[in-house]
Amino acid sequence: MTFKKYLVLAGVTVFSTLGDSLLARGMKEVGGVSLHNVSGLLFAILNPWVAIGILLLLAFFASYMSALSWADLTYVLPATSLSYVLVALIGRIGFHEEISPIRWLGIACIAAGVGIVAAGPSLTPARHHDRSEGLSQEAKS
Amino acid sequence: MIWESMIGQSVIGEIVIGQSVNELYAWAAIGVITLAATTGDVLLAHSMRRVGDVGELWRTSGLFSVVGRILTTPTFFLGVMAMGVAFYSLLFGLSWGNLSLVVPASASLTFVANALAARIFLHERVGRRRWLAALLVGAGVILMAL
Repeated sequence: MTFKKYLVLAGVTVFSTLGDSLLARGMKEVGGVSLHNVSGLLFAILNPWVAIGILLLLAFFASYMSALSWADLTYVLPATSLSYVLVALIGRIGFHEEISPIRWLGIACIAAGVGIVAAGPSLTPARHHDRSEGLSQEAKS
Repeated sequence: MIWESMIGQSVIGEIVIGQSVNELYAWAAIGVITLAATTGDVLLAHSMRRVGDVGELWRTSGLFSVVGRILTTPTFFLGVMAMGVAFYSLLFGLSWGNLSLVVPASASLTFVANALAARIFLHERVGRRRWLAALLVGAGVILMAL
């Protein structure tokens, strides 16, 4: 794991958090979308918050794809889960929501999970094996 | 008086029913999000495993070859479609339920479902460390929703 790779993981975390938050804010402005009014979803994209949110989620997608190319899914997902902590902090700072003691406990759990998985290997040995197998199969064909 | 109280009760009843129907919709959306997101994650991880380290590829053969290689991987498109389903379900879910319910509930379920699916379909070695991390994060996300 190089510094650059940690930076990509941080990008996954931050882009997904900001994207989700802006999307939520935009959807609150757009209002309820019902099954009878699916076209409302198309117009939702015209809302600037929704549009910027979608752009940020695209940035998230690019960094997520990059991370998945050199790390296991079961490493990337927990390692980037600090985004839920960020959502809570944005909720507190941006929307003045209270963070109860139970929610702080949840934040502690997530932080512990992130620490535990990040301290371990990002790629399990089984995967190298799989990849060399795949390559040799491709070489044969 | 009797009519008034009956009308009052029926109005309250409708409000309660309306709320629980919305909650039911929100949980249905959470179920669809979890299923679609797990399918998408596994398919995307599978396609990127075939592509190989994007950073290395970029250095050795340039950005275009990276993009070309990703776009010629069939499971990538299936994964993107599944993610699209998850994304639109999230939009629906957010209009029915709160951000603080829909996002954490679907996320924590997705963490556990993904650990299982990665083990079964991607043959990742999900050891004690990975399981502990997935469960801690899943539990933490639920605690944050309380």
